[in-house]
Amino acid sequence: MTEDDLRAAVAAGVLGSEEGHVALLQSVVDVARAIFKAGASSIFLLDEDTDELVFEAVSGEGSDRLVGTRFPSSKGLAGWVLVTRQPLVLEDVTGDARFARDFAEQTGYVPKGLMAVPLLHGERTLGVLEVLDRPESSRFTLAESDLLGLFANQAALALDLLLAARRARSVLEEGAGDEAVVARLAAALTHLEGDERAAGLRLLEALAETLGRK
Amino acid sequence: MALVEAHEELPAWSLPAEAVEGISLSADWPERVDREWAWGGSTGANVRVCILDSGVESGHPLVGDLEGAVAISFGEDGDPIVEEDSEGDLCGHGTACAGIVRALAPDCRLFSARVLGAGYTGSGPVLLAGLRWAVEQGFEVVNMSLSTTKQELAVLLHELADSAYFRRSVLVASAHNMPVDSYPWRFSSVISVGSHEGTDPLQFFYNPSPPVEFLARGLDVEIAWLGGGTIRASGNSFATPHIAGICALILGKHPELTQFQLKSVLHLTATNVAPGA
Repeated sequence: MTEDDLRAAVAAGVLGSEEGHVALLQSVVDVARAIFKAGASSIFLLDEDTDELVFEAVSGEGSDRLVGTRFPSSKGLAGWVLVTRQPLVLEDVTGDARFARDFAEQTGYVPKGLMAVPLLHGERTLGVLEVLDRPESSRFTLAESDLLGLFANQAALALDLLLAARRARSVLEEGAGDEAVVARLAAALTHLEGDERAAGLRLLEALAETLGRK
Repeated sequence: MALVEAHEELPAWSLPAEAVEGISLSADWPERVDREWAWGGSTGANVRVCILDSGVESGHPLVGDLEGAVAISFGEDGDPIVEEDSEGDLCGHGTACAGIVRALAPDCRLFSARVLGAGYTGSGPVLLAGLRWAVEQGFEVVNMSLSTTKQELAVLLHELADSAYFRRSVLVASAHNMPVDSYPWRFSSVISVGSHEGTDPLQFFYNPSPPVEFLARGLDVEIAWLGGGTIRASGNSFATPHIAGICALILGKHPELTQFQLKSVLHLTATNVAPGA
């Protein structure tokens, strides 16, 4: 068991459930859709192993069937936004037959307008946030552009948490199982409060001291 | 953090209409450089502009013919391959940038270097190889409506940007409006561009709070798109070719200018600096 494995085990114990992180991402796309009065909003996660984008959370049109769907990372505008790290806002896109076909293959419907922004965390590119079909009547403004950037930052933070939790869990699953004890201890300690937590900490410190002596 | 702070004081990466008056600047020079001197009568003739992007649809009504198009990739031996590109534009974005440059500088010589299309993995090295090729070709203007966040590439990009600067190859690069460090727009040897809310393609502002140095039209722009069509779009990606086009105009009339001088001319002719611009 390496120190990294142990850290991952502790992280797995305290980071919370997969469902909790997925709910966080879902709330980001739900709020993005509501704020922009949009038809749909999605978060795509980059799977670097397969070089694909994966629908990780969807609000509105397609929310019942798209999560988990994959497509090549160079495909369509989401792919372009990912690779260039540049946000993009397009309107009147229905005149572009190739775009429409690609999009329909991915989502089952063709939007009239699209905002897409890369999800960046430090020097890593984690995925893309898209907001589809905001009201046509309103001209896009810098204030909306800034708002989109803020949402993207929030989505990137949420996605980073989700990825950290998944990494930690995969260490536990792939390991011999020794780390699971540490994860359980960390999880148990997280849920204690007040005197019980203080007593738990004293016990663990005593254990660490005893084990360290040997 | 500096980016966020700067943004609170002044919209350094964008310029809302109500903030225009706030960055009104005066520059007293003994003899005034104005827009008439800078590009009056110029059509960008003889200036070679390279669009480093998703490819360009040659023959698009708003683009016209390209003088050359290449695609950059990596061979199995790990060496970059530069080959003639017959696929056109994979996304529409490069065509959009080319159309904006063409509208401003109708007689410039347009080239395309496609650095996108092979997925996310490897996109950084392809961008680097494409830029190296463009600098070696000595294009007077290179439009880069893209960036990378990889630190290991930043060092190499920096060297290339400096090399371009001294070879009189002007790199015009899109800034980010998000709180992240990305490159090459942050380098002082490139011309970095953000968006303002105006509708005049020749309206551009000098930003007294760098790293973003210029703000050009980037919102609700009618742009060339795939299949000979047009769409409306917003983003710093489209502000950038506005400045690239204006650079082509200036260099068409004053091919002797170094990049430092070109940047000074841009400053002196900016809407918030030049009287009556």
